[in-house]
Amino acid sequence: MSKEIIKIEDLKRQFTMGTETVHALRGISFSINEGEFVTIMGSSGSGKSTMLNILGCLDQPTSGLYEIDGVKVKDLSRNELATIRNEKIGFIFQSYNLLARTSAIENVELPLLYNSKVTSEERRERAVKALEMVGLGDRLHHTPSQLSGGQQQRVAIARSLVNNPVMILADEATGNLDTRTSYEIMSLFQELNKKGITITFVTHEPDIATFSNRTIVLKDGDIMQDYLNHNIQSAADQLAKLPKQDD
Amino acid sequence: MRLFNLFKIATKAIILNKTRTLLTMLGIIIGVASVIAMLAIGEGSKESIRTTISAMGSNMITIRPGADDRGPARGSGGDVQTLTLDDYNVIKEEATMLSYITPVVNGGGQVINGSNNWPSTIYGVNPEYLNIKVVDLQSGSMFTDAEVQSASKVALIGQTVVDNVFPDGREPVGQMIRFDNIPFKVIGVLEEKGENTFGQDQDDVVIAPYTTVQKRILAIDYLNQVMASAVSEDDAPEAVTQVTEILRSQHKLMDNEDDDFSVRSMEELISTFSSTSEMLTILLVAVASISLLIGGIGIMNIMYVSVKERTKEIGLRMAVGAKGADILMQFLIEAILISITGGVLGVILGLGATVFIEKFLNWPTSVALYSIIISFAVCAITGIFFGWYPARKASALDPITALRYE
Repeated sequence: MSKEIIKIEDLKRQFTMGTETVHALRGISFSINEGEFVTIMGSSGSGKSTMLNILGCLDQPTSGLYEIDGVKVKDLSRNELATIRNEKIGFIFQSYNLLARTSAIENVELPLLYNSKVTSEERRERAVKALEMVGLGDRLHHTPSQLSGGQQQRVAIARSLVNNPVMILADEATGNLDTRTSYEIMSLFQELNKKGITITFVTHEPDIATFSNRTIVLKDGDIMQDYLNHNIQSAADQLAKLPKQDD
Repeated sequence: MRLFNLFKIATKAIILNKTRTLLTMLGIIIGVASVIAMLAIGEGSKESIRTTISAMGSNMITIRPGADDRGPARGSGGDVQTLTLDDYNVIKEEATMLSYITPVVNGGGQVINGSNNWPSTIYGVNPEYLNIKVVDLQSGSMFTDAEVQSASKVALIGQTVVDNVFPDGREPVGQMIRFDNIPFKVIGVLEEKGENTFGQDQDDVVIAPYTTVQKRILAIDYLNQVMASAVSEDDAPEAVTQVTEILRSQHKLMDNEDDDFSVRSMEELISTFSSTSEMLTILLVAVASISLLIGGIGIMNIMYVSVKERTKEIGLRMAVGAKGADILMQFLIEAILISITGGVLGVILGLGATVFIEKFLNWPTSVALYSIIISFAVCAITGIFFGWYPARKASALDPITALRYE
């Protein structure tokens, strides 16, 4: 049995909107092991975003247990949460969220700037390695405006890898990309996963789920389904099956 | 290490927004430059007043008849005849704080030498006059006490008089001139002093023994004033008090009566004139400070817009591990960098403006080190003060909201 990265028990999160209390999560339990590629699915209003915020240590549960890499997140201060985000989690966003007019390498270096344990030489070295891992070794000094959407998302993936996180947390990471490019990105995720990196991918697109090895479906703040995928599709194969483009 | 990184991030943001940063800085640049230039003008005029007055003898004390009350109903000091030689003698004997003292009588008249003549003023004094006024002789010598006793018709003349009544360049010493109708033998020429701050030509004078001037020219037995010099500049105020007491008892004034004379030191004169220029300096600096303040508000405005504009970036930075303090420092460093760079450029511009004013407008200027330090400190503080609010706002953002901000 491999190591538990995420452990969630009876997790609840409610918001007070005026006089009404909204139960976004109503007591959820699951755990994610090292090396898993999990997709969290659900339509809007299912509690998916709340789940993502809590998993990413951007928000805290109202009650219940959340442990990441052995650290209990509940009751940590803002600063302690920032440190956890910095050292244990790699974020990938739907809209890439790269710094404009800033080179790819500097974008990738960003998380390490907030980690005083990393020297500037090490920072540069790790950023180059991360960009090479996502196949952008020759685009180090391009700014986001000089890169395509897919390349920008690769830079974002490199940024999420650079701090050697225990888990990559992707939020609709292919949402802004066309089918071909999103398959390319998914095949990159699959490659990274094969190297042992744990990935949690929040999406509402069912075909993305077919590339992962486990799917958790949320509905109205509860887990509706949590199943292992025995028929994992290869994103690279799917990509090959797509009709060739003219250019 | 971490601070160095934040410094790098802030510098990067500034470089990415060159034009905007420069425009923001402009407010600070102009503010600092004008504060420095205005202070330089103020200091310069103050200094030039002080220099002229000191050149007139900074220990000097003048005693004039008539109250030091410039109210409309009083007569002018010159008409009052309450200052006498007896007063002079008593002060000379009793005052311990004075090193030199001379009676002064003066009157206008025509200096004549052959066909040349020139209107000037004759001052009747004793030999100590030169020590009090700190004047040296260019040639010849001062008259003696014996010549004062005998009311000799000897005189010393200033350079302006020399130029006008000896236009041919002849050595005046030993020559005879006439003041009005009285012949005088020129025994010396005073060193050139030029104009004082008030535009008075200090070389347009004739100096003679006071006895001679009293008897032969003015035909008076009172004094126009008594001039003295205090033992030192610091002792001047005390000397003024002492002389006042002596004269009050000499004039038998009751406690409830006002002085019928006035005793003033140069220090008072300096402060009178300095206070005018000080007022002006304060006014100028106040206006300049307002422009510095507006520069500061400019920084706050830009930083505020910048925080709004970069909300998403702040969210991202927080998501990848920036703490609130990191964000605060980043924006604060940015504001301080803008204001300090603006400050440096402002100092340079201010110094340039000062040189320009001195060279082309011929105004006396003097750049005081304190003005540079103060304006620089003020702009650094401005940066911190006006950068703090937007930076604080940025650091307090909720990462989730900031990330979703469009």
